[in-house]
Amino acid sequence: MKERLVQLEVLRYNPDIDTEARFQRYEVVCQEEWVVLDALNKIKADIDPTLNFRWSCHMAVCGSCGMMINGEPKLSCHAFLRAYEGVIRVEPLAHFPIERDLVTAPDDFMEKLKRVKPYIIPKEEKPISEGEYKQTPAQLMKFRQYSMCINCMLCYAACPEYGLEPEFIGPAALTMAHRYNQDSRDGGRKERQEVVATHEGVWTCTFVGACSEVCPAHVDPASALQQMKITSSIDWIVEHLIPGGKS
Amino acid sequence: MAKSHKPVVWFPFAAGGTVIAFFIPVIVFLTFLAALGHVPAGLSYERMHAFAGSGLGKLIIFGVVSLSLWSSAHRLRCTCFDFGLRADTLAATVLYIGAIVGSLLSAVYLLQI
Amino acid sequence: MSRRPLVRECPPTTWYFRQPRYLRYMSREITSIFVGAYCVLLVVALQRLAAGPAAWEAFLLGLRSADSIVFHLLALAAASYHAATWFNATQKAMPVQIGEDFVPGNLISGAHYVAWAVLSVVILYLAGVF
Repeated sequence: MKERLVQLEVLRYNPDIDTEARFQRYEVVCQEEWVVLDALNKIKADIDPTLNFRWSCHMAVCGSCGMMINGEPKLSCHAFLRAYEGVIRVEPLAHFPIERDLVTAPDDFMEKLKRVKPYIIPKEEKPISEGEYKQTPAQLMKFRQYSMCINCMLCYAACPEYGLEPEFIGPAALTMAHRYNQDSRDGGRKERQEVVATHEGVWTCTFVGACSEVCPAHVDPASALQQMKITSSIDWIVEHLIPGGKS
Repeated sequence: MAKSHKPVVWFPFAAGGTVIAFFIPVIVFLTFLAALGHVPAGLSYERMHAFAGSGLGKLIIFGVVSLSLWSSAHRLRCTCFDFGLRADTLAATVLYIGAIVGSLLSAVYLLQI
Repeated sequence: MSRRPLVRECPPTTWYFRQPRYLRYMSREITSIFVGAYCVLLVVALQRLAAGPAAWEAFLLGLRSADSIVFHLLALAAASYHAATWFNATQKAMPVQIGEDFVPGNLISGAHYVAWAVLSVVILYLAGVF
């Protein structure tokens, strides 16, 4: 296995000591096929045990290791060292407060995810004795893409509107609303509209499309939000322009 | 927060954006030809007057101009915000009134033809 | 150990320089300036048309300046870039599902480009360009 000498410029922040962030340069010998996460783990093991970062699966399915790598939101387990030249700049995920070093505080996202009611609100309640809710493959395909979200928050780091307007509910949470709205078992769309159709819901989105470009699970949150803009507009017309129309 | 009334400005923006996409490039090209000195036959006074004189012509011209104005105004409002102009209400008021005035003037001129 | 999260401000006037995709987005948004300005020109044109043949001829003559040609090139570029990004975006807003499959997005956008080309050719023909 070939080795390469890699230089990383990593953001450091210790809340007990620092008032602002600083950068620390590390030089570490890596294997050719390694990812940035491997380099960070090598640094932590051999050079600096005080370096903090989140990670878990190391295979781009858990969504834990999101970071800014050379200014681009990426999963550090999905960022191959061979794709980079020169010093690699590693920073915590943008648009989130820094807890410590590369660890961000995801509280805002967690709260917003809850607000959209990301669970089946059944169209018809039926007792377990009546059996399962059935769904055809076509009905599954209607929402399947949007169910692939791994909550990695790369989309929030990429979205400039979230950076400019922190009240924005954001791509992943709103896409979750769409995922359940599209589910044939669900009857909660009207309820979710109370959150989706607000200013901080879909209407902060200006279809930059950065969210879909950085999404590692190919969820395409931008498409979900545009579809909800259309349904929300139709709702508005029904509610306000059609006599007796209720959404 | 309550449900937003954004659809009021967004729906015409979406319609206008579609109109701009399909119609504006070729119309720009026509006046561009005129700017180069090669006025297309269809841009002569007789042909234009005849087209704008018809009911259908008036509707088409008004639809294209008013929706394109509105769509540009809305996008420009959002762009102002993206450029850091936080006075969104001011930008919205100025731009939407501009689009409405432009549309009204178009209607007035079309009715004079 | 206490929590003292560090908040990083997003620079409101220079954020779009941070990634190339942001610059592409701003370019798309800025097309509205040129398209909007061109629409103002259309309103002026309508006024000239309503004012009679002499005013219309003067308008057409007034278009023949270097500034006008430059403006038209910018407007043409802006309108075309708007059209291309708009057509590429429609596939996202309107997915077409047939059974278990989705119509490929490129087909939907491609159909828009074809319609645009056909419509433009028809208008050019009606305007006597060929």
